[in-house]
Amino acid sequence: MLQYIVKRLLGLVPTLLIVGVLVFLLVHLLPGDPARLAAGPDANPETVQLVRKDLGLDRPLPQQFLRFVAGALTGDFGKSMRTKRQVSTEIADRFAPTFWLTVCAMAWSVVFGMGIGIVSAVWRNRWPDRLGMTLAVSGISFPAFALGMVLMQVFAVQLNWLPTVGADTWKHYILPSLTLGAAVAAIMARFTRSSFVDILQEDFIRTARAKGLSEPVVVAKHALRNALIPVLTMMGLQFGFLLGGSIVVEVVFNWPGMGRLLVDAVDMRDYPVIQALVLLFSLEFILINLIVDVLYGLINPTIRFR
Amino acid sequence: MRTPWSEFWRKFRKQHVALAAGGFVLVLVVLAVLAPYVVPFDAENFFDYDTLNSPPSAKHWFGVDPLGRDIFSRLLMGSRISLTAGFVSVAFGAVIGTVLGLVAGYYEGWWDRAIMRLCDVLFAFPGILLAIAIVAILGSGMANVIIAVSIFSIPTFARLVRGNTLALKHLTYVESARSIGASDTTIVLRHIFPGTISAVVVYFSMRIGTSIITAASLSFLGMGAQPPTPEWGAMLNEARSEMMTAPHVALFPAVAIFLTVLAFNLLGDGLRDALDPKIEQR
Repeated sequence: MLQYIVKRLLGLVPTLLIVGVLVFLLVHLLPGDPARLAAGPDANPETVQLVRKDLGLDRPLPQQFLRFVAGALTGDFGKSMRTKRQVSTEIADRFAPTFWLTVCAMAWSVVFGMGIGIVSAVWRNRWPDRLGMTLAVSGISFPAFALGMVLMQVFAVQLNWLPTVGADTWKHYILPSLTLGAAVAAIMARFTRSSFVDILQEDFIRTARAKGLSEPVVVAKHALRNALIPVLTMMGLQFGFLLGGSIVVEVVFNWPGMGRLLVDAVDMRDYPVIQALVLLFSLEFILINLIVDVLYGLINPTIRFR
Repeated sequence: MRTPWSEFWRKFRKQHVALAAGGFVLVLVVLAVLAPYVVPFDAENFFDYDTLNSPPSAKHWFGVDPLGRDIFSRLLMGSRISLTAGFVSVAFGAVIGTVLGLVAGYYEGWWDRAIMRLCDVLFAFPGILLAIAIVAILGSGMANVIIAVSIFSIPTFARLVRGNTLALKHLTYVESARSIGASDTTIVLRHIFPGTISAVVVYFSMRIGTSIITAASLSFLGMGAQPPTPEWGAMLNEARSEMMTAPHVALFPAVAIFLTVLAFNLLGDGLRDALDPKIEQR
């Protein structure tokens, strides 16, 4: 098992390296001079030169890249052009709200998505299935920002049950995480259903039924574990969707997270912040997929020994 | 005679929901093409100052926005932007992705590793993040959004086509084509590519929905179409500040995006069921 994890970790290195190069090049691919951008619009040539030296932009590109990697490894991404604070402190305040938002969204979308998927598969082609799948296809078709606006209008403004913006109490988490998780719940429902439909036709399910087990036991004990394997992989991929989706949802709900920070940074062309956030988002996604892979190995022993 | 087309049509005809969705898409496309000639008011430059924020009426079918513009006209003109963005970006992604997938799957080895590594890297940026990073480099604007969404679609198609190519290239009919001396180009284009088309078509329809949402999201975030352009996502962003007083301003663009994306998704589901040989056995 350990060997498997180490192998997977080593496999990540080239991907991470290329992602790092791309993120590093972000600043250099920009039209215009990053030093001039950092110095501000009214800086004179001497100041621009000073800033260039200060940021290390006068050194050869490979040397700059090494500096960037060394900085990234120690969490030093330089200073935000907008607030002049360290990028790391800027992000530190924003990490937890985004992390918990995605975790909440994942949790309920797994519960609802798998629930709907299993019900649909068991009552295939009957009304629970039709209802569930109609909900699911609607869920993947409704853009998150529109859903967020609708939920906020109904539950926060009209009914006044829940707060509109901010991230202070658990009540603040309800609407944003529902908005963020809706599409993922829908995808999980569709995927769980098709995975379950395949499993329910397997011979071992027929055997389980033939030996007189009740249908709930067959579904919960025999089908679930086997159907979980593809569903789990799907979960890892969907986490990426959630991380990306959080960017939009945070803007709708004025959420103090990394997504809104990124949108503001893109707006202000605050490149150190953009670099750090893009890197962090991808790193988080890559790590989650690694965890999913490991869990996958735990559930399915045939994978582990390859 | 039973051709692949007649086979497809025989199965697709039975999918009433998908047929209806396809019809809806057709109507939308016609409306989008004719929009400049049929809109009742100028989408950007007509201002009715007497009816600001007024709800739907006989004169303004979908009501009026806070600046006095006719929402129905703006939605119709916006359909051109969303449909173009969805279709063009997926077309680019599908063409480039398919070529990469065919090359990777057919030649394997070094090509395969390089292309799949590229896909891994593109996949390492979760969801809309890749598109945002690209827009951050290129600058905001609808053309850059289309480029960003195209790149975002490439790896999906590349992986799909590669998988199909790997499965097809060891089949007997491909082996026999090779044994009579067909060139690699002929084998790939004439014998393998046709086998991947049905999967590409299904994904194409599904991805258009995703791409329309992604493009609208970027405009909503202020990175795509800029006001006063009547892009649906940008319209929703403009409507946010008026949610209290005039929720209908947000309602119509939201419904427009939802119905359009829903139609493409339902069409994609129907195409999948009609093109997947596994389905009929059940």
